[in-house]
Amino acid sequence: MWRYILRRLLSGVVTIWFIATATFFAMHFVPGDPLSSERAMSPEIRKNLQIKYGLDQPLAHQYILFLRNMLHGDFGISFTQQNRRVNDIIREHFPVSALLGIVSLIIATVGAVLWGAVSAHYRRRWPDSAIMLLVIVAVSLPGFVTAALVQWLVLALNRQWGFTVLPVAGWGTWKHLLLPAWVLGLSTMAYMTRLMRASLLEVAHADYLRTARAKGLSAHRIFFRHQLRNALLPVITVLGPAIAAITTGGFVVELMFAIPGLGRYFVEAVQQLDYTVIMGTTVFYGAFLVLMVLLVDIIYGVVDPRIRVAR
Amino acid sequence: MSAVFRILLLCLFFNLSAFAADGVDVAGQRISIALKSEPPTLNSLQASDVVSSFILNHVMEGLLQYNMRNELVAGVAERWQLREDGATFWLRRNALWSDGKPVTARDFVFAWRQVLIPATASRYAFILFPIKNAERVNRGELPADQLGVKAIGDYQIDVQFERPCPYFLGLTAFATYNPLREDFVLARGGSYAADAKDMLFNGPFLLTRWDHGAHLTLQKNKKYWNAAAIRLQEIDIPYITADASAVFNLFQEGSIAMAQLDTATLQEASARGAPMQLFDTGALYFLEFNLQPNRMTANVHLRRAIQAIFAQEQLTDKVIGMPGNLPTFSLFPRSVKGINGNFRDEFPPTPPPRGMAIAKQELALAQSELGIKQWPPLVLLASVSATGKRQAEYFQQLLQTGLNIPVRIDNQIFKLTIEKMNRGDFDIAMAGWLPDFDDAITFGDLLASWNENNRGRYNSPRYDALVNAANATGDQSKRMLYFSEMQKMLIDDVPILPTFESTEIYAINPELHGVSRALFGGDLDFRHAYVEALAK
Repeated sequence: MWRYILRRLLSGVVTIWFIATATFFAMHFVPGDPLSSERAMSPEIRKNLQIKYGLDQPLAHQYILFLRNMLHGDFGISFTQQNRRVNDIIREHFPVSALLGIVSLIIATVGAVLWGAVSAHYRRRWPDSAIMLLVIVAVSLPGFVTAALVQWLVLALNRQWGFTVLPVAGWGTWKHLLLPAWVLGLSTMAYMTRLMRASLLEVAHADYLRTARAKGLSAHRIFFRHQLRNALLPVITVLGPAIAAITTGGFVVELMFAIPGLGRYFVEAVQQLDYTVIMGTTVFYGAFLVLMVLLVDIIYGVVDPRIRVAR
Repeated sequence: MSAVFRILLLCLFFNLSAFAADGVDVAGQRISIALKSEPPTLNSLQASDVVSSFILNHVMEGLLQYNMRNELVAGVAERWQLREDGATFWLRRNALWSDGKPVTARDFVFAWRQVLIPATASRYAFILFPIKNAERVNRGELPADQLGVKAIGDYQIDVQFERPCPYFLGLTAFATYNPLREDFVLARGGSYAADAKDMLFNGPFLLTRWDHGAHLTLQKNKKYWNAAAIRLQEIDIPYITADASAVFNLFQEGSIAMAQLDTATLQEASARGAPMQLFDTGALYFLEFNLQPNRMTANVHLRRAIQAIFAQEQLTDKVIGMPGNLPTFSLFPRSVKGINGNFRDEFPPTPPPRGMAIAKQELALAQSELGIKQWPPLVLLASVSATGKRQAEYFQQLLQTGLNIPVRIDNQIFKLTIEKMNRGDFDIAMAGWLPDFDDAITFGDLLASWNENNRGRYNSPRYDALVNAANATGDQSKRMLYFSEMQKMLIDDVPILPTFESTEIYAINPELHGVSRALFGGDLDFRHAYVEALAK
């Protein structure tokens, strides 16, 4: 087990190095200039800025310098936020995205298991059809539409009741968290509901369930101990990528709910060609994704002894 | 590990700080607003954007300042004298830093030298170039102590000019000219202005909270020399987002006192009957033609034909559809000062010849000069924003139906628009210009052949001579004649085709009064704002 984890970690390091290198060169070959702004610069002012950010060095030299700093965990200073270190940006804003991501993932998973179970239980009857219809709607709606609809609805409610039931945007209290987390988790919840339903139905006809029923176990016990646990496997498989997608993909939600998360910096850095922030966030998210996938593989083994890696 | 810890902390304290901010608080004289983005830097040496200037204008003060009517008034300097070869400023004795020490002449000398030394790499270093030797210090050819500025005692500053600069007083109100205290800045090392605690203030407000990307708070500075004139106790900024509909929702909820409106939210605001306020931005928008020889747009008759069929009112009223945008055909907006009053009143521009007949005539001339029958498609460079796209489509339609010239729209994100403009990879570009200071030259030298912002590469020796002449004298009546000549030349040569002067429209809480907008290097101005309950 430990050797397996070590091997996966080592290959993870190579993956991250590859991501960093590919991003570094792709970024430098994208047309556009990180230093440009509305106001054109004189050659002298431009030279001063290039020296400040090390852009006067040959690209190979910049790359080696970047790798060396990365090994020390230092990604330099942002081009647009001129007084802030990239490390500080990640340290201050990732926890916000992570908290939002975790809450939305909890909402998504709990919701998916619940609706999936209801839907499987009432298979081919009206609750099933209703849930499946809602699932299609939820998967098809892009985040910015859901966000706008939800804000509009909450605003109408607040006006109706004459006090702020839930704030429409902002960050700082648990109330601020609910709407964006729900919006962010909605499409994940929808496709996990489908997965859950399908896999519950699949295991419903398994031999071990027939055995369990024959033994005379309670329906409650059959469902939780045997059916649900086995049906959870495919859901856990998509959980790894879903965690990454939710924590990194919150850009639109963070923008529309005025949340100071890292997703905004990630996307804006690309638009602004903020070289150091692009590198810092990409490498950080790359490492995060590698870790999450590894974590899911380990959890997988816990849930399903058949695929436990114990060589 | 620390990230996990922070998540736990966030969870723990989430419940405790639960309280919803109010847009306006009459008793406490405090307001809440939203900001479009995190200020990129609050170090006045480096700040070059609107959001940073907005904060700096509230927490810092230069030698002079603009009042709410955008007129120059005393700041740290209580009197001054402007000459052809330089200027002298006498500082007030009661101007204090937020730690209680007096603001002295040395603080200005230190800051101005810092702006110019190459290691600072200040984008706005050029705005100090009227000072003697400034450009050479910035190039690293002279040490900073050779800069033409001297502190005489604690309260007098002598400035020597490189060339006459009749608009120098206005420059001293610009954030790059703000004072900085040497001992404080040096003690902070590279982290000056990285956080609120790493700054010293001398303006009407203090920055007391700065959670990056999330929350800023400005509180009244009791040590400010003119504190009696400042009525707001606090400006809270708990929301940072560029999303106009989110901001408008916050306004409707009552969480913020003002919300800038775009086309969509404007409709909603009008439907709800929300009170609104218009602000002039001082900005000019225009089409920029690429005049490099290999381009069709290098032909003046083609440009005149486009000028002849273009009706500015149609663009502002029907296409953009926001109130207040003023159609124009002059390079100089209405806010530009003339000899005594407004430049545009004193030197009204002659409208260009317009109409289909003239367009046809000019187009025929262009075709015979270029020797073509069928027009190749022209590339129109525009932004990816909704209004950018709409405007581009309007011009495409106009050229196609009016002149039978096909147009290919090239929508690009901001950085690539700039890149393509610098490379000359366009025929027509949609561009704009915001003035930095209160003088016609901030617009006039835009089309000088040496100006890097002249991306269409207009190159007219006569125009250059006019710019040089305007730069060589301090006599305003002479200078205004030169600018009037430039105005005439541009309508005739059409290197750019002005479209409109822009305004911004806000939904505003009716209890909030006295908000204005800085025209030169700034944004909204709350220094003279106050809240007052509506009469029942």
